[in-house]
Amino acid sequence: MSRIVVVTSGKGGVGKTTSTANLGMALARLGRKVVLVDADFGLRNLDLLLGLESRVVYTSLDVLNRECKLDQALVKDKRQPNLSLLAAPQTRNKTAITAVAMTKLVEVLSHHFHYVLVDSPAGIETGFQNAIAGAKEAIIVTTPEISAVRDADRVIGLLESHRIRDIKLIVNRLRPAMVKSNDMMSVEDVLEILSVKLLGVIPDDEQVIVSTNRGEPLVLAEKPSLAGRAYQNIAGRLEGQDIPFLDLDEANRSFLARLWKTLTAKR
Amino acid sequence: MTNAIADLLERLFGGKLESRDRVKQRLKFILAHDRVALTPQLVAQMRQDILAAIAKYVEIDEEAVEFGLESDRRSTVVIANLPIRGLRHFDPNVSQLELTLSEPEPKAETSEPIP
Repeated sequence: MSRIVVVTSGKGGVGKTTSTANLGMALARLGRKVVLVDADFGLRNLDLLLGLESRVVYTSLDVLNRECKLDQALVKDKRQPNLSLLAAPQTRNKTAITAVAMTKLVEVLSHHFHYVLVDSPAGIETGFQNAIAGAKEAIIVTTPEISAVRDADRVIGLLESHRIRDIKLIVNRLRPAMVKSNDMMSVEDVLEILSVKLLGVIPDDEQVIVSTNRGEPLVLAEKPSLAGRAYQNIAGRLEGQDIPFLDLDEANRSFLARLWKTLTAKR
Repeated sequence: MTNAIADLLERLFGGKLESRDRVKQRLKFILAHDRVALTPQLVAQMRQDILAAIAKYVEIDEEAVEFGLESDRRSTVVIANLPIRGLRHFDPNVSQLELTLSEPEPKAETSEPIP
């Protein structure tokens, strides 16, 4: 049984693409066949976060225009053969595709993969409508900030009106110390406001930038950072495993964890 | 509305309200409006209509009126706080006790025009 999951947020820059790349890689490492679909037409980035940009030849638009075959457009990850990418066109504008075509595309992909993860563009316009068109479930990414949560709420409403009822939440970029000093909403605060199921919490982590620079998702690291471990846990939860949420606060404050962080960061 | 609550809390407990509590209040307020999808004009109109309905019975301190929508756990309520300045008409059927509960100055009956 394959799953078509859209990763979306409303607001831009909250970590949709980072989450898609890491979850895709983590699921592939768990032995699932995964295809990542970049639905951000005209502003593609998913290939960069995966370090696959130099290997993109064809895009989803070429497939839909019958200028290439589907498997020609799929970029297979050399590090992790279970993972494939279908890149978005970078040159054409966002209206070059319809929701019907997108639905068909993800449906065909779902016959060949366990997971089809669709990376949605920001906003709630055509690009977003196309991204959610074929999805059966959704992962909302938000940060504990007022504008991100507001936009997430809006997107949840839109998903529900599109009959996508399996909606789970990732709270990204949490800063436990700020929550402790009452200067940031806690995960519980965000859940109370949005009333959706929590899939995972990702702490704010500088390693995200480093991993983006390298084109290597966090979960590929030999000793993944806290954020990388959080993504691995989310992948496990998607697979139905009962994995407790990381105690981010303790991890940040414990002396040994700090020491370990300092030692590993120096390299 | 939310600002008024925040101000009240600040006055009660002294010092500034934590930014975390403030952001939660602001979010609940904006989401309430987002979720019912009422335009600001419609909310203003509803406010006017409700005030007009209440004003038939009592005189409202319009300056101090607090009116808005608030949201919690995906349900939304209209919250109105309408301080009564005085009685519009003297009506023996209307309990004065009830009025004095919400009235800041319960001396209103002295200026009652008898119908």
